Amino acid sequence: MSNALAQASVQAFVKLQPQLAIKSPVMLVVWMGTVLALGMTANSVINGKDYGFELASSLILFFTLWFANFAEAIAEARGRGQAASLKATRRDLTAQLLRESEEPIAVSASQLKAGDKVLVEAGQFVPADGEIVVGVATINESALTGESAPVLREAGTDHSGVIAGTKVLNGTITVMVTAEAGHSFLDKMISLVEGTNRQKTPNELALTVLLAALTLVFLIAVATLPAMAAFVGIELDLLMLIALVVCLIPTTIAGLLPAIGIAGMNRALAANVIAKSGKAVEVAGDIDTLLLDKTGTITFGDRQATAFFALPGVAQSELVRGAVLCSVQDPTPEGKSVVRLAQEQGAAAETLPDNAQFIPFSAQTRLSGVQLDNGEHWVKGAADAVKKWAQSRGLAVPNSLDPIVTKVAQQGATPLVVANQQRILGVIQLSDVIKPGVAERFAELRALGVRTIMVTGDNPITAGAIAAAAGVDDFVAEARPEDKLALIRREQALGRLVAMVGDGTNDAPALAQADVGLAMNSGTQAAKEAGNMVDLDSDPTKLLAVVEVGKQLLITRGALTTFSLANDVAKYFVIVPAVFAAAMPGIAALNFMQLPDPKMAVLSALIFNALIIPALIPLALKGVKIRAISAEKLLRNNMLIFGLGGVLLPFAAIKLIDVLLNWMF
Amino acid sequence: MDVMLILALALLLAWPLRAYMVGIFSGQKHWSDKVFGPVENGIFKVLGVKASAGMNWKSYGIAFLISNLVLGVIAFLLLMFQHVLPMNPDGIGPLSWDLALHTAVSFLTNTNQQHYSGQAQLSYLSQGFVIVTLQFVTPAMGLAVCLAVLRGLMGGRNSAEAAEGEERDLGNYYQDTVRAVLRLMLPLAAVVALLLASQGVPSSYQASPTVPVLEQGQSLTEQKIPLGPVAAMVAIKQLGTNGGGWYGPNSSNPLENPTPVANAIETIALVLIPIAIVFMAGGLLRQRGFARMSLAVMGFLSLLCVGAAIYSEQQPNVAFTGLAQQTGNMEGKEVRLGTDLSALWATLTTQTSNGSVNAMHDSLNPVAGLVTRSGMLINAIWGGIGCGFVNFIVYVWIAVFIAGLMIGRTPEIFGRKLEKTEISWLGVLLVLPSAVILTFTAITVAIPSITGNSNPGLHGIAQVFYEYTSAFANNGSGFEGLGDNTQWWNISCVIVLLLGRYLPLVIPLVIAGLLAKKRQIPVSNGTLPLHNLTFGVTLVTVILILNFLSFLPSMVLGPIGEALELTSIAGDLK
Amino acid sequence: MNTTLIVHAGSESALSSHHAIWRPAAGLAAVMLVTCGLVYSGSVTGLAGLLFPQQATGSLVLVDGKAVGSALIAQPFSSDVYFHGRPSSVNTDPMSTGGSNLAPSNPALRDRVAAESAVLTERYQLAATELPIDLLASSGSGVDPHISPEAAALQLKRVAAARSIPSDLLNKLVEQQTEAPQWGIFGQPRVNVLLLNLALDKDFPLQQSGGSASAQ
Repeated sequence: MSNALAQASVQAFVKLQPQLAIKSPVMLVVWMGTVLALGMTANSVINGKDYGFELASSLILFFTLWFANFAEAIAEARGRGQAASLKATRRDLTAQLLRESEEPIAVSASQLKAGDKVLVEAGQFVPADGEIVVGVATINESALTGESAPVLREAGTDHSGVIAGTKVLNGTITVMVTAEAGHSFLDKMISLVEGTNRQKTPNELALTVLLAALTLVFLIAVATLPAMAAFVGIELDLLMLIALVVCLIPTTIAGLLPAIGIAGMNRALAANVIAKSGKAVEVAGDIDTLLLDKTGTITFGDRQATAFFALPGVAQSELVRGAVLCSVQDPTPEGKSVVRLAQEQGAAAETLPDNAQFIPFSAQTRLSGVQLDNGEHWVKGAADAVKKWAQSRGLAVPNSLDPIVTKVAQQGATPLVVANQQRILGVIQLSDVIKPGVAERFAELRALGVRTIMVTGDNPITAGAIAAAAGVDDFVAEARPEDKLALIRREQALGRLVAMVGDGTNDAPALAQADVGLAMNSGTQAAKEAGNMVDLDSDPTKLLAVVEVGKQLLITRGALTTFSLANDVAKYFVIVPAVFAAAMPGIAALNFMQLPDPKMAVLSALIFNALIIPALIPLALKGVKIRAISAEKLLRNNMLIFGLGGVLLPFAAIKLIDVLLNWMF
Repeated sequence: MDVMLILALALLLAWPLRAYMVGIFSGQKHWSDKVFGPVENGIFKVLGVKASAGMNWKSYGIAFLISNLVLGVIAFLLLMFQHVLPMNPDGIGPLSWDLALHTAVSFLTNTNQQHYSGQAQLSYLSQGFVIVTLQFVTPAMGLAVCLAVLRGLMGGRNSAEAAEGEERDLGNYYQDTVRAVLRLMLPLAAVVALLLASQGVPSSYQASPTVPVLEQGQSLTEQKIPLGPVAAMVAIKQLGTNGGGWYGPNSSNPLENPTPVANAIETIALVLIPIAIVFMAGGLLRQRGFARMSLAVMGFLSLLCVGAAIYSEQQPNVAFTGLAQQTGNMEGKEVRLGTDLSALWATLTTQTSNGSVNAMHDSLNPVAGLVTRSGMLINAIWGGIGCGFVNFIVYVWIAVFIAGLMIGRTPEIFGRKLEKTEISWLGVLLVLPSAVILTFTAITVAIPSITGNSNPGLHGIAQVFYEYTSAFANNGSGFEGLGDNTQWWNISCVIVLLLGRYLPLVIPLVIAGLLAKKRQIPVSNGTLPLHNLTFGVTLVTVILILNFLSFLPSMVLGPIGEALELTSIAGDLK
Repeated sequence: MNTTLIVHAGSESALSSHHAIWRPAAGLAAVMLVTCGLVYSGSVTGLAGLLFPQQATGSLVLVDGKAVGSALIAQPFSSDVYFHGRPSSVNTDPMSTGGSNLAPSNPALRDRVAAESAVLTERYQLAATELPIDLLASSGSGVDPHISPEAAALQLKRVAAARSIPSDLLNKLVEQQTEAPQWGIFGQPRVNVLLLNLALDKDFPLQQSGGSASAQ
């Protein structure tokens, strides 16, 4: 960290170049004021006059500039630090470039172009962002995400994307390069935090315009003073006027504005979210509607057996035995959970006879089961599928079945019906387990005005129960992928800004349509291209964090703008009496802070004005803390802290500085 | 207390007026159609416009500007050639071109700043025909633009069927203007004129009678009592936030404001429509809460200023220390009105961009002088008809931009985002007052030969500052001592008047037009509420801080410095 | 709503249709000049003249059928036999009304008030700080017809002496001529100087004939 500080200190000097200073109109005025003050100092030195006040003012003005630059530099350094640790992995990568009908040739990763195909074998690093076109592999992405568990990536699925710098653990894959060196997501993200190429976000631009307008107002207010003063025979001190301008123009917010923006990106990056533009992060704060996939976001995604309901006249143990028989060879999480539940309930471990024939689940039959040598035939599956199966064998469907099935479904669980060749036995309840803390999260979002809509392929009854338990505002059941797009359009037509998470290729249109589309890193290249953010952790709940990062960014900007303007009140009451002290003795009445010496008073105000920038750097970098309260309360709190506080603090601080200065000199 | 009663009556009368205004401007059928419909249809035929045809912001703005240009040219020519035109029984001579231009522009911009000297320099045609007409039409035009801005805030009249980004219908400029004159201004003015005539305001085309004075043997042996259609003009002067009176000293003249009851009527007329517009906005926007907040903000600032001004004038004038009873400041005031009613008027007339006076502002005590200047600089506490509420909305936009950020969203108003383009236009409006007022003040005082101040020292600067502030705010009140009928004053004020009228009306129209086209985000928990105390306080803070920051340094060289100077003089005298 | 929207794609096309832009503007100016300048002014002025003939023509005060002034306009008085009005910066000429326009900070104001104050303290044998303010402060219009009851009371003894009448009789007249706040609430109590002096001449006529007196 101390290294970063040193780097930033140096950078702060580099940024003093006029062509860089010109980017912020406010700081440009300070820059010119500094040059002017230095000129006056030199003039006094040459003419042998007392130059203490001039020199002190020049130095303080210089440090005002330097602090502002330092704020930006330190934010950049942090961002670069984060990015560099990600980037470190990709240096000196070699790629095995595949040319048609040729053996792969080794080239440097930096020479790869989009569209090139490279071969990556177990133990090798993926040389560039891309998509698997052939093969399947387990990949360690810990370098990017910090998550050590390997992930599965396979061609032709929704999990075909790979990122440069990650390591293939087993399998051999052919990857089509999608981003040339320097154009990967990571590179884009890095450019968002680097001052030189950083694009200002729309709201930042708007605020810059407003600050520039205010600066112009203050310039005019001060520039017209000498003429008016001359009318009544008062000559004003140029340096005092420079001090007045610099103290009035919103240097605090202008100095911290770039740092706030960069820090916002940094926070996104710290959450392992790569934003493709700063705008996307800003827009995230505005989101009205979150479209959330039920599976993986709201629930753990794998439904688990939570109860067995035997039909009247069927022994519980028979149902459990049947359920276990059907599931012993079932590799799905659901199947495993059935066996686990049976064991928990004390059922004996069943082993299948050697020649038992497992019937895996298929989309056509929608049931799975087992056929034994002795003619026993056990199945489990969706209620209608099992009923059909039973009817095709001439078995009766007991009237008692449907009420149980409905009851289970109404609780948001999935009913699996178990049957054998003789009769229908009962129902296994598979419950979707809602992630802990999700409901609280949604309540917070609701307080901030964000609606959550759950999207699920479940039937309306199941979906409704989960929606109620998770506390979402609305849900869409039996949703097909294209429904998401329609839903987003519908919400947008109502004026809402919509965010969604997606990973599959068929999510791509919806991701592109959404105002914030967060693509899972594990997703397909199409999804990642369509979204405007990529989550390296592939964690759908990250969307909530992204919204908060966006809000925090905007609040920090607004709060520091308010603070900066509120500060002016106190500074006025310091500098205005000082400026006119000599010519208008009556002005002392305005000097109610009782600052004895006009020059010391001006220096105190200037020092406060300069020091407040570094003092607020931590806040700018960390962001104003966001709490889940209504907009009105949020505004009231921030107005009290940054508005009222901004008025009062400088009175105390400047007085203190003045006392110190007068004591020292 | 008569002050409270007058304010209460104004509020009470503005409430039913609001319902009427919502009725005639909402585009719904209204009972007044039966009365005015046929006349209006006749007028629209003469104008060749289809009154139901909507206009987008560009067409609306162009129609506004062109109709002003035409009216301005006609007024200028009529004033230029008044000496050869009819209705000039007293044989009043021509105005100089720059005075004619200043007068035409001053009345065209609803300012009524007078550089000519009272009734002596204008013929009956100029005064009763040109000026009275402008006093009716210009507030109506301001109101029309305000209506268009309000419609823009709600996405235009076609917001229900128009797609995002599609041009919006902000109403028909000519329909709005004609209705405002015919259905609002004319009936109200007729009532007020008759009430004032009953109190003694002259209403006659007779020649002015000359009477000998009772005590002969003095330097003045006879008095000519000037008459004219005074009541008719004074009524619209008060109602239309115009301010240009028939007589030189305006409503301090007993002929123009004969009794305390007349004074009450004129004071109420001064704020009636501006207050009703606030209520009306709530009805037209279907944002009652927003209107309540606006009323509270304006009411708070207004009462604060009224209180300060009354207190200030109840204090003795420093020049009288030890020379008379230490009672309120009566210099430049009338006995029948006293200090309180004069301070009330001074406050309201500067807040509403009216500019009529019933006491001489030059002689106000410094705090009241500061109050009058603040009223004009803020220019949105009630404000001029139409333009006042538009200015208020500009402050709301700025407050929303800053406060909106603090709730964690990019700022929006009524569901529409304020973005860089809108903020850039707002930036122009933000810089404009100080750029115009301070620059011209600095130039004028830098060249003493053109200053024309009648008071020395800081009050001299204050006079110049007041004149440009009054011109920019389209107020029209003045420190009458200023020698302002010179080419420099006439021409520089024309520039200030034009900048102060047209940019602050047209730019908000542009912003409203741009906003109207945007996607409207529905209200949620996360929306910044504009109807509660928190936003109200934020808005008051923004209004005060913006003006305080822009004008404090120059105020130190004006009223503040003067006040401090007076405090020390008062100390010395004791 | 059955409206059509005039949408100009750009300002060029908007300006090219001269007819659609200039004709309504010119029409509006013409219609308004007639409606407001002629119809309104004429009808309201005529009606007011009919309803309030006395007020509409300047509130003239008639004595023996002859106008002797306007009740709304102050006249100059300097003789001891009359009550005096407020200082006027325009010598109470109703054709050139106006105030002093002197700021409290202006030395000219202080000089003027000091001179006047010296005269009055001398005349009434009073401490300066007991002089009613309205006798020293010039009015806004320069033709303010009123003075405060205190200012009338101050002058009472002088006028009574000059006319050789008992003070209490004169006091009664002054009380009669004192107007309370209008409708009991609006404005200040006040005395109309011209009306008081006219009543004075009527009730206590001066010895010399010839109407107006000049005691000096």
